[in-house]
Amino acid sequence: MPLIIYKSHDGATQEVHAEVGTSIMQAAVDNGIDGILGECGGCCSCATCHCYVDPAWVAKAGEPDSTEKDMLDCVLDPQETSRLSCQIIITDEMDGMVIAMPESQY
Amino acid sequence: MTDHCIIIGASHAAAQLVSSLRQEGWEGKISLIGDEPNLPYHRPPLSKAFFVGEKTEDELLIRAADFYEKNNVDLLLGSRVTNINRDAKKITLEDGAEISYTKLALTTGARVRKIPFTGCELAGVFYMRDLNDVKQTHKFTGPGKSAVIIGGGYIGLETAASLRKIGMNVTVIEAMERVLQRVTAPEVSAFYTRIHTEEGVNIRTEAGVDAIVGDKHVEGVRLADGTTVNADLVIIGVGVIPNIELAEAAGLTIDNGIAVNEFATTNDADIVAAGDCTNHYNPIYDRKLRLESVQNATDQAKIAAKSICGKPEAYNALPWFWSDQYDLKLQIAGLSQGFDQVVIRGDSEQGRSFAAFYFCEGRLIAVDAINRPKEFMMTKRALAAGQNADPLKLADESIEIKDVFN
Repeated sequence: MPLIIYKSHDGATQEVHAEVGTSIMQAAVDNGIDGILGECGGCCSCATCHCYVDPAWVAKAGEPDSTEKDMLDCVLDPQETSRLSCQIIITDEMDGMVIAMPESQY
Repeated sequence: MTDHCIIIGASHAAAQLVSSLRQEGWEGKISLIGDEPNLPYHRPPLSKAFFVGEKTEDELLIRAADFYEKNNVDLLLGSRVTNINRDAKKITLEDGAEISYTKLALTTGARVRKIPFTGCELAGVFYMRDLNDVKQTHKFTGPGKSAVIIGGGYIGLETAASLRKIGMNVTVIEAMERVLQRVTAPEVSAFYTRIHTEEGVNIRTEAGVDAIVGDKHVEGVRLADGTTVNADLVIIGVGVIPNIELAEAAGLTIDNGIAVNEFATTNDADIVAAGDCTNHYNPIYDRKLRLESVQNATDQAKIAAKSICGKPEAYNALPWFWSDQYDLKLQIAGLSQGFDQVVIRGDSEQGRSFAAFYFCEGRLIAVDAINRPKEFMMTKRALAAGQNADPLKLADESIEIKDVFN
């Protein structure tokens, strides 16, 4: 199971061995990671799972679709590597991926 | 005695409460009691992705099973609480067992409103609330078969879209003048009527149901005008009522839901409540609300957890909702009830993407955004911050939505 490293806004990290096929959001919620809410359950409706993908891992995370892009355009504190974590489905290639959470979600 | 928080109702609010209690430092025991056999699961996909088989039962779980194990939660699923004894601080289960609590959380949710139509006991007649209901419907669905949906609200329309997706003939029966009448502007109702009609759904408004007809299995729905619509499956979606009976019997204050203060606490300081079952004051709209939404279940549960852990914080969240039908992503921010002006941005009459902004006495109160994530996001943020917007600018698509709010 790939290891995902969640980094909170104050720099603290938590490591999670996540199942391939689940989302970065769901893996966080299942492991009680603070800072990723995922209220809509992963249907790209709420943007409460906003995260920053570590620049080294952006390519592995894939491209956001147009709905996600529009949502990201309007989130608080957007960055170049902003994503909605419910839309990133975990693959074996993501082993070691670092995901940071915005302060606004705490 | 060790501290013990008992959560009654394995709902959205309960799943959040477990997580928030541990995050807020609750070290005592946690028990989660639910009358369904399932761990807390996402209900919204029941009429959508789960209904059409795009999501499995496991994928519905709000949090995976081992989350509860890791957080040391005693699960009593498929178990019903029959009584709360506040003096002795004990609850009673239906098998007679008594369990003591130091803190109690009521996350009992809501149940479907049932209407005793003639024939409602026939095989093939369902409500849509619980996982089990939806699993049962699968025996009656299939391409070419016919379904009648009673109730043109969100659940009815979402179900209609799902049934079309699997190739069924669908008729929606609505008693009022237009679908979604209770919750949206006429423009939005007209939009959904047009889309559903284009997608092949037969929508009949101002139509009363006389009886559901059939021998053992449903065969059709007879309307008040005497016509009968054929049906292999009937789904009734006419609203929900809050589960307040336990709280009421325990002498807690009831006021269209379990009355809670801004700290999600009932009139008993050791009992909190969160989610669809509560009635609470919302400072943004300056009125009492009973909301049927995931947002409220989640956000109020966090407040309830803080109260249980002795770190009270006042609830002050903006309600928001969503509904997915066909390729339409409807996102709603705020509450439109009481609006006196609607501003449309985009083309609601021919397109599949627009936003309806609701105003009351010149103040922006809500938006229905259809395939308009930016409008939703910006309005949600503005409403939470108490920011108003100029109706003329909102209607003018040559002005970027971000610039309208800046």
